[in-house]
Amino acid sequence: MKKLLPLLLAAALLSAGPARADTTLLNVSYDVMRDFYKDYNPVFQKYWQGKAGEKITIQQSHGGSSAQARSVIEGLEADVITMNQHSDIDAVAQRGKQLPENWASRLPNNAAPFTSLQVLIVRKGNPKGIKDFSDLIKPGIAVVIPNPKTAGNGRYTYLAAWGYALKQPGGNEQKARDFVSALFKNVPVLDTGGRGATTTFMQRNIGDVLVTFENEAEMIAREFGRGNFEVVYPSLSIEAELPVSVVDKVVDKKGTRKQAEEYLKYLWSLEGQTVAAQNYLRPRDKAVAGKFASQFPAVKLFTVDEFGGWKAITPKHFADGAIYDQIAAANAKK
Amino acid sequence: MAFKKPSVLPGFNLSLGYTIFYLGLIVLVPLSALIFKTAGLSWADFWQTVSNPRVVASYRLTFGASLIAAGINMLFGLLVAWVLVRYSFPGKRLIDAMVDLPFALPTAVAGIALATLYAPNGWIGQWLEPLGLKVAFTPLGVVLALTFISLPFVVRTVQPVLEDMEIELEEAASSLGATRWQIFAKVIFPTVWPALLTGFTLAFARAIGEFGSVVFIAGNMPMVSEITPLLIIAKLEQFDYLGATAIALVMLVASFVLLLVINLLQWWTAKRLGRR
Amino acid sequence: MANNKIRRPGITDEAPWVKWLLTGIALVFIGLFLLIPLVSVFFEALRKGWELYLAALVEPDALSAVKLTLVTALIAVPLNLTFGVAAAWAIAKFEFKGKSVLITLIDLPFSVSPVVAGLIYVLLFGAHGWFGEWLGAHDIKIIFAVPGIVLATIFVTFPFVARELIPLMEAQGSDEEQAALVLGASGLQTFWRVTLPNIKWGLLYGVILANARAMGEFGAVSVVSGHIRGMTNTIPLHVEILYNEYNFVGAFACASILALLALVTLALKSWVEWKAERDDEAARIAANAE
Repeated sequence: MKKLLPLLLAAALLSAGPARADTTLLNVSYDVMRDFYKDYNPVFQKYWQGKAGEKITIQQSHGGSSAQARSVIEGLEADVITMNQHSDIDAVAQRGKQLPENWASRLPNNAAPFTSLQVLIVRKGNPKGIKDFSDLIKPGIAVVIPNPKTAGNGRYTYLAAWGYALKQPGGNEQKARDFVSALFKNVPVLDTGGRGATTTFMQRNIGDVLVTFENEAEMIAREFGRGNFEVVYPSLSIEAELPVSVVDKVVDKKGTRKQAEEYLKYLWSLEGQTVAAQNYLRPRDKAVAGKFASQFPAVKLFTVDEFGGWKAITPKHFADGAIYDQIAAANAKK
Repeated sequence: MAFKKPSVLPGFNLSLGYTIFYLGLIVLVPLSALIFKTAGLSWADFWQTVSNPRVVASYRLTFGASLIAAGINMLFGLLVAWVLVRYSFPGKRLIDAMVDLPFALPTAVAGIALATLYAPNGWIGQWLEPLGLKVAFTPLGVVLALTFISLPFVVRTVQPVLEDMEIELEEAASSLGATRWQIFAKVIFPTVWPALLTGFTLAFARAIGEFGSVVFIAGNMPMVSEITPLLIIAKLEQFDYLGATAIALVMLVASFVLLLVINLLQWWTAKRLGRR
Repeated sequence: MANNKIRRPGITDEAPWVKWLLTGIALVFIGLFLLIPLVSVFFEALRKGWELYLAALVEPDALSAVKLTLVTALIAVPLNLTFGVAAAWAIAKFEFKGKSVLITLIDLPFSVSPVVAGLIYVLLFGAHGWFGEWLGAHDIKIIFAVPGIVLATIFVTFPFVARELIPLMEAQGSDEEQAALVLGASGLQTFWRVTLPNIKWGLLYGVILANARAMGEFGAVSVVSGHIRGMTNTIPLHVEILYNEYNFVGAFACASILALLALVTLALKSWVEWKAERDDEAARIAANAE
C-alpha cells in the first residue's frame, strides 16, 4: 500500500485544478445532455463575466434522468436540474419539496428551452425499406429500443408509437395497444439506457432500426461516421420537451439564486438557442429555428399533453402492472 | 455446552468483540434500514410485490444462473488453482496475475467487453452463431457474465490451502501403496474441500447481487433474461422505494438462508472429518 | 511456506499426460474467460493509437477519478484488513456457538446487490433518511461526497480478507500457537511471530482481492456518488460516463488502468514471494554450512 503513496501525491498535485471561482453552480442533468452543456457552459460563463464581472464555475453531473432526480431528492445539492421529462422535476417538487409545484410556469415554453423528437435510424441504404412507425411492427423487423421501465428515451418511443396508432384513421385505444404490443414483440434487446441501445445497434450490429431522439442521431453520426446509417423521419412523432428548473431550496441556502436563474434564462437567448440548434436540439426561438431549418425537417408532432401529461401517463402506462407491463408479460408468454 | 469451548489461545473476547462491532456498524445497521423501510409496506402489498410473476421469473433466473456459474467456477477454479500451485509452465506468473482481473475491471466494463466478444458479430460470437449457440442477449449471457465476475473466488480460496498442504502426507499415502487418484480423493480433496465450498459460497453470493455486467449482455427481456437487481432499479426509477426494498429484502433473506445452509454444511463436514 | 518444496518426482506427481491435459484445460478456460476479455479491453483502448490513449489518461477529470479511487481504496482496504484478521482469529481459532451464523453475516455483503448496497446508505444518510435531517442541520455531507463513496466501498469489500483467512487458518489449526504459548511467548508475540508468517499469503491474496474490488466497484458507488464530474467520480464511474459519450477509446483506456493496477499489484506479490523464497534458500544454505 505504501507504494501507492507517491503515486497518490503525484495525482493530487496534477489535479489541483483550476483557480477557485467566485461562484460554483451544480447542474444535475441526464445522460445525453453532456455535449450540449459542454458547449453552453463556456458561452454562459463568458456572458456572466461580462455582465456581472463574476467568474462562475459550472459543475456537471450526468446519469439516468430519474436516477439523477432521485439523487437531488436525497440531497445532491443541485442549483439547477435539467431533465428529459417533466415528471422527473415534478418528483423533486413533490417528494423532495425542494421547489414549488408550479415550477414549469416560471419559465417560458413550459420551462423547456428546446425539444427533440423520436426518429427512426436504419442501416445504410435502408435495406428493409422502413419509412414509418407502421413498418416497425412487420414480422421479421428487429427494433432496438431502450427499456421504458428504466429509460426516458424508451418511454418517449412507447408513447410515440401509441400516439401514432391512436391518430391513424379509425384509431382507438385498443388498436394503439395492439400496435405497441406488436412493436415490442419485435424488440430483441432492451437496454437500460438510450446510449446502451445505440451501442447495441451500431456496435453489436443488432436490429434493423433504432428508435431514439433526433439529437442522438447527430451524436451517432459524429461518433460512428455519417455514412453508416440513415435517419428516417416518421409521418407523425412525439415532441419531447426537455425541461429545466432552479432548485429553490439549494440556491437559497447557497445564495446562488441570481446566477442559477440567469443560467437557465440565458438558454432562451440567441446564443443559448444557437448552441442548442448546433447540437440538433430544436430551438424555441423562431429566428434561430429559421436559420437552422435545413437540419430540422418539418414533422407532424404531438406532445405528452395529449395524453394528459406525465401525471396521467405514468400510472396508466408505466407503473408496475400498467399497460407496458401487461404487454411485456403477454409477449413473453407467446 | 458453554458458549465457547475452552482454549489456551488469548484474544477471543477482543477479536470477537471487534468483529461484531465492525460487522454491526458496516453491515447490520445499514441493512436494518432496508428492513425498517420495507416495514412501511402492508403485508398484502409486500406479498403482491414480491410474488409478481415477473419478479418470480427473475428470482429463478438470478438464483439459477448464479448456481450454475458458481458450479462452473467450483470445477474450473479448483483445476486452475491446482495447475497454478502444482505445475510449472511458461507464462504461469502472468496467468496467476490475471485471475484477479474480474474484480479489478469495473463490472460495467466486464459486461461491455463480454457483450462485444460474444455478440453475433464479436470475436467469439461469430464462431458460436453458426453452431446455433447464442450467448449475448440470452440467459446464457447471464451465466457467462456471472461466471466471469465470480471467477477469482474459488481459485483464490483454494490456492493458499493447496500451497500450504504438506507434501509428506501424500508421500506417506503413496508409500503405503495408494494410487494417485486415491491420494487425490482421500487426502487432497478432503483438505481442500472446506476452502472449495467457501469459494463456491462466495462466488454464488457475489453472482446473486451482480448488476453492472449482466445488464449489458442479458438483453433484459421480461420473464426471460431479466435479473432481479434490474427490477429493483426499475422500481427505483418510479420512485417506488418500498417496492425496491421489498424485493431487495427477499433477495437478502434468500441469500442469507442459502449461505447459512452452505456454511453449516461446511462446518458439519469439517467436524465429521475430525479436524478439531 | 511449502510453496515449492523439492518433490520427489513420480511419487506425488501425476502422469505427464494428465498434467498436460489439466494444464491445457485450465489454460483454455483462462484464455476464454480472462485473456480474451483483457486483450479486448486493451485492443479497444489502443484502437486509435497511443496518443489518444495517453491523452485520455492525463485528462483532468480522469486524473481526479484516479485520485479519488486511490484514496477510497487506501481507506477501505486497511479497515477491512484489520477487521478480517480479528474476525478470522476469533472464528478459526475458537469454537463457539453461532459461528456459522456469524460467518454467514460476514458473507452477506457479497450477495447484496451493489445497487442495494448504495441504496441502504441513501436510506440512512439521504435527505429523507434516518440521519438526513441531523446531517443537513449540521451541514455534514456523507452521500454524494467522498465519505459515502468510502462507506459503500467498505461495504462491498467487507468480507474479502476475513473470508480468505478463515479457511486457511482453520486448515492450519492452532497447534503452533499453542506450542508458542506453552513455551512462554505472549499472545501478541505468538500472533506476530507464529500466526502472521503462516497466514501472510492468504492475507496478501485477501488484500489484493479487496483492493481490486475496491477500485473496480461500480454499482454501489454509482448510487451514492452524485456523479459530479471531476469531484465525485471514481474510475469506474468515469468509464461509464466516457462510454455513454461514445468516447470508447477513453472509456477503455481508463478501464485498462484498473486492469493494469491489478497486474502491477500481482507483479509486486510475485516479487515479494520470489524474494522470500530466495531468503529462505539463503538461510537454508547458511544453516547447512554450519
